[in-house]
Amino acid sequence: MAALTREETEALIQEVLEVYPEQARKDRAKHLAVNDQSVEKSNKCITSNRKSQPGVMTIRGCAYAGSKGVVWGPIKDMIHISHGPVGCGQYSRAGRRNYYVGTTGVNAFGTMNFTSDFQEKDIVFGGDKKLAKIMHEIEELFPLNKGISIQSECPIGLIGDDIEAVAKKANKEIGKPVVPVRCEGFRGVSQSLGHHIANDAIRDWVLENRDGDDSFPTTPYDVAVIGDYNIGGDAWASRTLLEEMGLRVVAQWSGDGTIAEMEKTPKVKLNLIHCYRSMNYIARHMEEKYKIPWIEYNFFGPTKIAESLRKIASHFDETIMAGAEKVILKYQAEYDAVIAKYKPRLQGKRVMLYVGGLRPRHVIGAYEDLGMEVVGTGYEFGHNDDYDRTIKEMGNATLIYDDVTGYEFEEFVKRVQPDLIGSGIKEKYIFQKMGIPFRQMHSWDYSGPYHGYDGFAIFARDMDMTLNNPCWKQVKVPWKKDESPSIAIAASA
Amino acid sequence: MARLRQCAIYGKGGIGKSTTTQNLVSALAELGNSVMIVGCDPKADSTRLILHAKAQTTIMSLAAEAGSVEDLELEDVLKAGYRGIKCVESGGPEPGVGCAGRGVITAINFLEEEGAYDDELDFVFYDVLGDVVCGGFAMPIRENKAQEIYIVCSGEMMAMYAANNIAKGIVKYANSGSVRLAGLICNSRETAREDELISALAAKIGTTMIHFVPRDNVVQRAEIRRMTVIEYEPQAKQADEYRQLAIKIRDNKNFVIPTPITMDELEELMMEFGIIDQEDESIIGVTAAAEATA
Repeated sequence: MAALTREETEALIQEVLEVYPEQARKDRAKHLAVNDQSVEKSNKCITSNRKSQPGVMTIRGCAYAGSKGVVWGPIKDMIHISHGPVGCGQYSRAGRRNYYVGTTGVNAFGTMNFTSDFQEKDIVFGGDKKLAKIMHEIEELFPLNKGISIQSECPIGLIGDDIEAVAKKANKEIGKPVVPVRCEGFRGVSQSLGHHIANDAIRDWVLENRDGDDSFPTTPYDVAVIGDYNIGGDAWASRTLLEEMGLRVVAQWSGDGTIAEMEKTPKVKLNLIHCYRSMNYIARHMEEKYKIPWIEYNFFGPTKIAESLRKIASHFDETIMAGAEKVILKYQAEYDAVIAKYKPRLQGKRVMLYVGGLRPRHVIGAYEDLGMEVVGTGYEFGHNDDYDRTIKEMGNATLIYDDVTGYEFEEFVKRVQPDLIGSGIKEKYIFQKMGIPFRQMHSWDYSGPYHGYDGFAIFARDMDMTLNNPCWKQVKVPWKKDESPSIAIAASA
Repeated sequence: MARLRQCAIYGKGGIGKSTTTQNLVSALAELGNSVMIVGCDPKADSTRLILHAKAQTTIMSLAAEAGSVEDLELEDVLKAGYRGIKCVESGGPEPGVGCAGRGVITAINFLEEEGAYDDELDFVFYDVLGDVVCGGFAMPIRENKAQEIYIVCSGEMMAMYAANNIAKGIVKYANSGSVRLAGLICNSRETAREDELISALAAKIGTTMIHFVPRDNVVQRAEIRRMTVIEYEPQAKQADEYRQLAIKIRDNKNFVIPTPITMDELEELMMEFGIIDQEDESIIGVTAAAEATA
């Protein structure tokens, strides 16, 4: 199907909005836009980071999810206590695929659930004593832990527990960092505030730990990878490239990361930000306090990788710049072969995305490297600075949707008829049942890595095996063989 | 058996809710009624005069000891005192930690589930913390709990403010449920024209002053002995006052959705009775120093 014109896309948005009651329509209209590359500031066309309307089936998470699930959880040698009733920790346990090296339960704790398991009596009498006891139990049972973080669930903020006092006392007693995080789920409109709160906790309780301590030998080529959560090994596939070009990666935040790496980060020369949304706060803080510059980079697909390697190298001397060129050249045969193999099978295919922090814009280049086009994209919990960065990446007259509702997404898909949808587990089966190929772009559908040159080969293979899977030909009923699956859906709807 | 009547006693902190409730309940028991007191205050001082105890062991403290509230049995928490009056205290945390409101909710749910409200009971009285600071302390007046609210007050300014504010809270629950304001109990502080003033206030918010309880030192003498006046000195004049209150409450049919008044109306009423003076706008925000130089 041919691409929609600007007028058609605008008409589509209006049509989709029509079913809403007036107030909801007015609100949702602000979150839907037709992309226009000439716009400089996204706030002219889209509103973001606002409270979701009730009943719209938003897929957003909460502040606790943003702190425990995203920022803190992957720090593998710390124990993260889900402080409050058991559910928040247990139902999110091992939910993200942030891989790590270590022996779980001995020196790494990533997939375990530690919780204070609140009962009525803890709500009524407060949970401080229990929390203090837990710290000592942890020390006894898991002596190789390198620190503890306290991830507040909702009730903590209601009953006014003084987790900061407990943390300070426990820190003195056990001699390891103990970090209280006020990431109660009811705060903010999505997981986004949880990222910010988690960043602030790192700033206040971790980052200064080695101020004035010069015992760590530094080099002029020290960098930190910030905002790579090592989904399916992404950070590893990125780190090798940086090291091959001559840089020394001092810290990974926070996929496969450690607290020692976080503490050493103020010593690096440059902070490299992959997920801007979840960790720009700490990068800005380090810029202000430690004068460490930071840049954003994108390791999805060879075009963006080469662009990013050169951009990173430009902050260093000629050795590194030459190193970047060497890396790009070294892998060229490899990624050219990937493109040669998959581009003919994927050329011209149209994709709609709806993901979280950075991927709604970062993966566009990787699809384009394979000859595909992203015709709609949106963020679950983005802010306007994310949309600012998205406008130029997307084609004119494509769809942009913020905190898209279940209904809107389905309607857009029915009309735009993309060849592939990239979103999360909550969307996956709806669209597969509509007969549309689907990839999970949060978890990489249990595959990955997708970052770096190694990741690109896997990305290309995954997109191909999903899109060109013979099963899609079988979803058509025999008496409607001539119609495309999406038309069949539209007819039955 | 007659239908169980559930009553809640509210009022400004320190006004004498617990003392009044326990004396009233003793008088009701004397009249042959089967009564239960549910203390809804972390201080747990709502049953001491009935039980002759310092403070009854509370539902929440027992639950904390046992592990959870589900581990408790009714007989662990329910104690019988003077004339078989059943006593229970919800309990809660010391000031500054945890959530006392949740303690009240947990305790009342426990009592309901365990069948504390049995067929033998004629009255349940909830003695609630002075300031309704959160939803937990409104638990006793929510659906299927107390239907009658008595507000203890006196002729003092803050006690009347509190009474009017409580009436506002009742309106919210009255409109969505069966709770009604049943009257003001004036626990005298011997201010000028106190009975007239409280009667006037009661009339304005749509109810009556159900009884004027005079001030009498025998109350304090009884309290020192951890007893009600009814038990300590049954012939005392004050004991008869509580008996009259009990009879009036037993026979009370005047249950209303209150009509709380505005701040201005309340202040006007107080001016009329000389509790406060006409407001002098020229002195507002002027410091002592500024007044001296003026």
